[in-house]
Amino acid sequence: MKNNASKTPTLQYWLLIISVICLCIFPVIFVRSKFTGSDQQGTEAIEKIQPSYKPWFKSVIVLPSKEIENLMFSTQAALGAGVLGFVIGHYHGRSLVQERNKPPTP
Amino acid sequence: MISEQLERRMQFKPMRHSSLLAMAGLSCLTILLSPSPALAMHIAEGFLPVPWAAFWWLVSLPFLLVGLRSLSRITKEHPELKLLLALAGAFTFVVSALKIPSVTGSSSHPTGTGLGAILFGPSMMAVLGGIVLLFQALLLAHGGLTTLGANIVSMAIVGPTLAWWTFKILRSSGFPHLAVFAAAALADLATYLVTAAQLSLAFPAASGGFTASFVKFGSIYAITQVPLAITEGLLTMLVWNWLQTYGKPELAILQLIQQDN
Repeated sequence: MKNNASKTPTLQYWLLIISVICLCIFPVIFVRSKFTGSDQQGTEAIEKIQPSYKPWFKSVIVLPSKEIENLMFSTQAALGAGVLGFVIGHYHGRSLVQERNKPPTP
Repeated sequence: MISEQLERRMQFKPMRHSSLLAMAGLSCLTILLSPSPALAMHIAEGFLPVPWAAFWWLVSLPFLLVGLRSLSRITKEHPELKLLLALAGAFTFVVSALKIPSVTGSSSHPTGTGLGAILFGPSMMAVLGGIVLLFQALLLAHGGLTTLGANIVSMAIVGPTLAWWTFKILRSSGFPHLAVFAAAALADLATYLVTAAQLSLAFPAASGGFTASFVKFGSIYAITQVPLAITEGLLTMLVWNWLQTYGKPELAILQLIQQDN
């Protein structure tokens, strides 16, 4: 029905997605590094500035390994993505129904 | 170790629904002495001296209270906005779980607070961002309970507030697209600049003091964050554009766009 109007946004969506992917891949290809977390470097910097400082509190949870940590992070991403997908699908379906129920304009 | 973890797990379940505070307090007691490598993106658990940890907690509390009030007001007056609220929260949830490589050779994650801030205002993000940070502190050993106040100030208060003002100013001067991008990107960047400032205040260098520390921490956190801020700006634009097509009624309620525009 409104194909002409929706074409430009679609192109825009893809351009946005492609540039995000490029931004993420670029460093991996062109920068030789291990890509450790900036948090870890921050903690190391504290140890350098004030070597006597001892953290006075430990994390409430101890993740047994890097794999479990990855699991938890991907769980977080998956939960968020699930909700995002649900809301997007819901809104999309709603506007489809509205479009269909519209009286035809001559 | 194992029995201790089991014990903790047993304590977690029945209490999840009742009171998060009680849970936090109890788990603190049980785990206080167990050894663990605590490295996390924001400020790691225990890595702020007690006075500073308490100070940032105190700063964050009023914002959290205001946020909770506006949360209950919006969900009561406009229950139809709950889904959009879930979307804003979920967006923060997703992007703050993604550690993305950066040009500096280290990696970090975006914050995703800009979107919710321009939709619902900064006080709402204090709550939504706080929930994400609490989740990460409790279940991911990322950030921490003692540093939660400081991390809420940087990620859920300063970032969103900056996003809100950036969006308002740029939008009213006629740059709607740039407004969304800049708001999200600046919120992201500001979060890590504030983190650097918080660490420098707590750990001023022996020579050079706050400034020297700030340059050091800033170069670690903020420069890494520049490309990620751009990424976050683009992702926020993506969701925003999409909301303009399919979420018109909600945006109209939020008085951001006119119903028949």
